Amino acid sequence: MNNKYDEKRAAARSRALRVTTYILLGVWAVIVLFPYYWMVLTSVKSFGAYSSEYVPQFFTLQPTLQNYRDAFSMVPLDRYFVNSLIFTVVTTALMLVVIVPAAFAFARLEFKGKNVAFALFLSLMMIPNELVIITNYVTITNWGMRNTFAGLILPSVTSVFYIYLLRENFAQIPDELYNAAKVDGTSDFKYLTRVMIPICKPTIITIIILKVIECWNSYVWPRLVTTDPNYFLVSNGIQEIRQNGFGRENIPAMMAAVVVVSAPLIVLFLVFRNKIMSGVSRGGIKG
Amino acid sequence: MKVVLKNLTKKFPGRDRKSEGVTAVNNFCFEIPDGKLIGLLGPSGCGKSTALNLISGLLKPTEGRIFFGNDDVTDLPPELRGVGLVFQNYALYPHLTVRENIRFPLENLKGDDRPSKEEMERRVQEAAKLVQIEKLLDRKPSEMSGGQQQRVAIARAVVKMPRVLLLDEPLSNLDARLRLQTREEIRRIQRETGITTVFVTHDQEEAMSISDLIVVMKDGVIHQIDKPQTVYDDPANLFVARFLGTPPIDVFDGRVESGWLYIGDDAVLSIQGVSDRPVWVGVRPEGFALDPNGPLECGLVGVEVMGRDSTVIATHPAFDGVNIRAIIPAEQAKDVGGGRVRFSVKPFKTHIFDRADESRLRFEVK
Repeated sequence: MNNKYDEKRAAARSRALRVTTYILLGVWAVIVLFPYYWMVLTSVKSFGAYSSEYVPQFFTLQPTLQNYRDAFSMVPLDRYFVNSLIFTVVTTALMLVVIVPAAFAFARLEFKGKNVAFALFLSLMMIPNELVIITNYVTITNWGMRNTFAGLILPSVTSVFYIYLLRENFAQIPDELYNAAKVDGTSDFKYLTRVMIPICKPTIITIIILKVIECWNSYVWPRLVTTDPNYFLVSNGIQEIRQNGFGRENIPAMMAAVVVVSAPLIVLFLVFRNKIMSGVSRGGIKG
Repeated sequence: MKVVLKNLTKKFPGRDRKSEGVTAVNNFCFEIPDGKLIGLLGPSGCGKSTALNLISGLLKPTEGRIFFGNDDVTDLPPELRGVGLVFQNYALYPHLTVRENIRFPLENLKGDDRPSKEEMERRVQEAAKLVQIEKLLDRKPSEMSGGQQQRVAIARAVVKMPRVLLLDEPLSNLDARLRLQTREEIRRIQRETGITTVFVTHDQEEAMSISDLIVVMKDGVIHQIDKPQTVYDDPANLFVARFLGTPPIDVFDGRVESGWLYIGDDAVLSIQGVSDRPVWVGVRPEGFALDPNGPLECGLVGVEVMGRDSTVIATHPAFDGVNIRAIIPAEQAKDVGGGRVRFSVKPFKTHIFDRADESRLRFEVK
């Protein structure tokens, strides 16, 4: 009798807990998703309707795609898109070329001062990016690389954090595998490409995705080194639309541009979200 | 392929200037006859894996030369020596299938040595058949048991027809049953291929059961090289005698005095050939015989029944340890009791060793 009562109470309590959890999660989801809804909503409101709303409305009855046309006609958004694409692909590719051998050296090779060099390297992570930007700007200007892709790309072709992440991954591969490969007649380079990279593929994919997102979203540096619209990235393009309103900021057009710009990243994240999580949280490699 | 090691020495430098270096392999000289399997046996840290890595070429010797047949291979990198290596933890490439794992060494061959695609596949099949995993070729290593993985590792090591096959504790990661099975397997594969093989282990039983020759080493020094039975029956020194055999040899404090071998104060054997001196007396557990008039009087601790044999556990004041273990036929053990037990010792199961340098002293029974 008593038991049954307890069971019922326990069931009720666990149900209550679950309901509370879902309500809290639901609230959180609304908070997180609301800006996206607001972005999409604003992008389909006509400029006139938007401007006449004294209190912004939470929905619109006359959605329009005019803002999207405006976004592309007011500024060469398609060109910025291509620029962003070039910037992202080239930067990510070059970064891989830089960090993979660096991680390999720190993980596998024995040379004098390796640990000191690695410690110095890690300490670089403690310097905020904003500080480095100033010296980078001076360097790039001195090299006459303002308003070039080289100037845009060069400062981000390496990343201490990704080298560190990859090194830790490489270092987990058992030494026996290296010895086995040596006896089997592989060079260091071949060992890297045939064994280490395939084994650490999840981490490398994670790094690629994170880097792509980082490149796509970069704003401060491109804004600083480019004054020629031919080299603007989408992030600068959006800024330009904002300044392009007729006396008043054309927020709906800007939001339309933002939707267009963020769509690829959202798709990328949705497709690869399992890989991103597994790559970051992955433990050891079974030897 | 005959393998000859000449004055092989490997020193590892200390971590810094203050700490001393370690000599892992000290002046090795021995010859492995063509097509034989030799067991490199010693306790952990005795340098046996270092010796193996010197033969494989993964380590460079500090001094000495290594010959395969008549070729001096000391300065050759591992891939040019033609060795196959099998590791304790298999060291399979986790991202490759079994087929790709076995094929890997072949793909790294260059120039004329590189077989055609069909030839590679044929040799992979052949190697897989040899270790009986031909049905598992499309699996990944993680989808296999430890024993199967070790077979793959062996197949990968033999696929390029190495001149010498090196096995570094290949059975240590396997459970007891698989260990027995794989051990026989290795013996069979070695016989079928006739590849000169070096087998590193710390398990004396393993080494005894499959080796043609056993090299017993400790602290980088070779203590004895002989056939397994000889190493057991005729140990070169106290270390070898203690290291081989389960249960281990019973060692007593003893002395030789006017033609008698004493264990404590019990005169157990009348001998000649050894001058009077204090000695260690080692008696194999099966070297004790129950004897109501035997010279060795021990306190009885108990009897362990093992079926065919029984172990009589006893104490003696001169024993170098806690309990003596004597193995006697089960039917005789029934009569044991009463707190005391008397043994006589079998002369050919009794070895005496110098107290100072622990070397074997050979004697004759009078």
